[in-house]
Amino acid sequence: MDKVIRVRFRDRTWTFDRKMTVKRLLEEVGLLPENVLVLRNGTMVTEDQHLYPGDEVKIVAVISGG
Amino acid sequence: MKCRTCGRPAVINMRQHKLALCADHYLDWFVRQTERTIRKYRMFTPEERILVAVSGGKDSLALWDVLLRLGYHADGLYIDLGIDAGLDYSHQSRSKAEAFAAAHPETRLIIVDIPATYGESIPQVAARTLRGRQRPCSVCGLVKRHEMNRVALEEGYDVLATGHNLDDEVAVLFGNTMQWKVGYLRRQGPVLPADAQGLARKVKPLCRFYERETAAYALLRGIDYIYDECPFSKGATSLRYKALLAQMEHRSPGAKLHFYIHFLKAREEGLFCPEEQTRPPMHPCERCGQPTTAPGLCAFCRLWVRKEEAGG
Repeated sequence: MDKVIRVRFRDRTWTFDRKMTVKRLLEEVGLLPENVLVLRNGTMVTEDQHLYPGDEVKIVAVISGG
Repeated sequence: MKCRTCGRPAVINMRQHKLALCADHYLDWFVRQTERTIRKYRMFTPEERILVAVSGGKDSLALWDVLLRLGYHADGLYIDLGIDAGLDYSHQSRSKAEAFAAAHPETRLIIVDIPATYGESIPQVAARTLRGRQRPCSVCGLVKRHEMNRVALEEGYDVLATGHNLDDEVAVLFGNTMQWKVGYLRRQGPVLPADAQGLARKVKPLCRFYERETAAYALLRGIDYIYDECPFSKGATSLRYKALLAQMEHRSPGAKLHFYIHFLKAREEGLFCPEEQTRPPMHPCERCGQPTTAPGLCAFCRLWVRKEEAGG
């Protein structure tokens, strides 16, 4: 099986087959960096970090309301 | 991106502060900033007893954690609202608060079970009252404020601390400014002083942290918090305002912080006339004794009296 970047956010999942930065990923999935934190293989990373096929990425929403 | 302090890879970049930090230095920074805010606004002293209102969410558990790390005498208060909505929401959030308390045996967690105490859950009260049918969050807020104040006073705490963050504060400020709700604007701030008529002092030690920063603290500390939103918050005005403000922040990093800080400064410099000149006289509620603006029953007691009158 080809390696992909697997991205989870709430109940959604995306896969990407190419290297990209966290910043680029957030643009691709339409999220503002101000509203989320990104974990690559369980570790929080900044927007300039690269993601590679094989990485497991979790995007955590940080905005709550009510 | 490197940590400004040690040069190791950063885990968070805060554009509004032009600051990137690694996990260890971020956690140190967060604790130091909280202490600085507590002192700056004279929220409480190390000798005072603090009651932290915990919801099981990231902000309140992060606040409790920081206060304990700073050595404050901080106990928790969890109010079980009886919200299920197919998600078992209150049970899930309560279990997060209880797990945190169990891991910190030096503290105490007080639990108020609204359905067990008053005979109805928040969704039931909301469905029964005009106020709740229009805005369930309004009933929830009313009940929580009343119960937090009651427990703080009855249990002899010096101060009640809530986990409101900068995004919460700015969303409220934005809403109140849009409608020029001067009475609310006058009272909004990091500290709401105690009132001789029966209101406990309320403080918001996380009020200068972005919501993203409190979430980062909780994640990096390994705090297990409830990730799901309250099911009743869908479509909440505060979420709409937060979305708008996030767009602004994205284009102008620091915009939210400046909005809030400059509001506080303007208020301090006399933007509004002092509250005592305009605040209506308060009266003790005939039933619970807590202060209310009109003689008779307070809004909280009116919720339950109507149920009793209906034979509930």
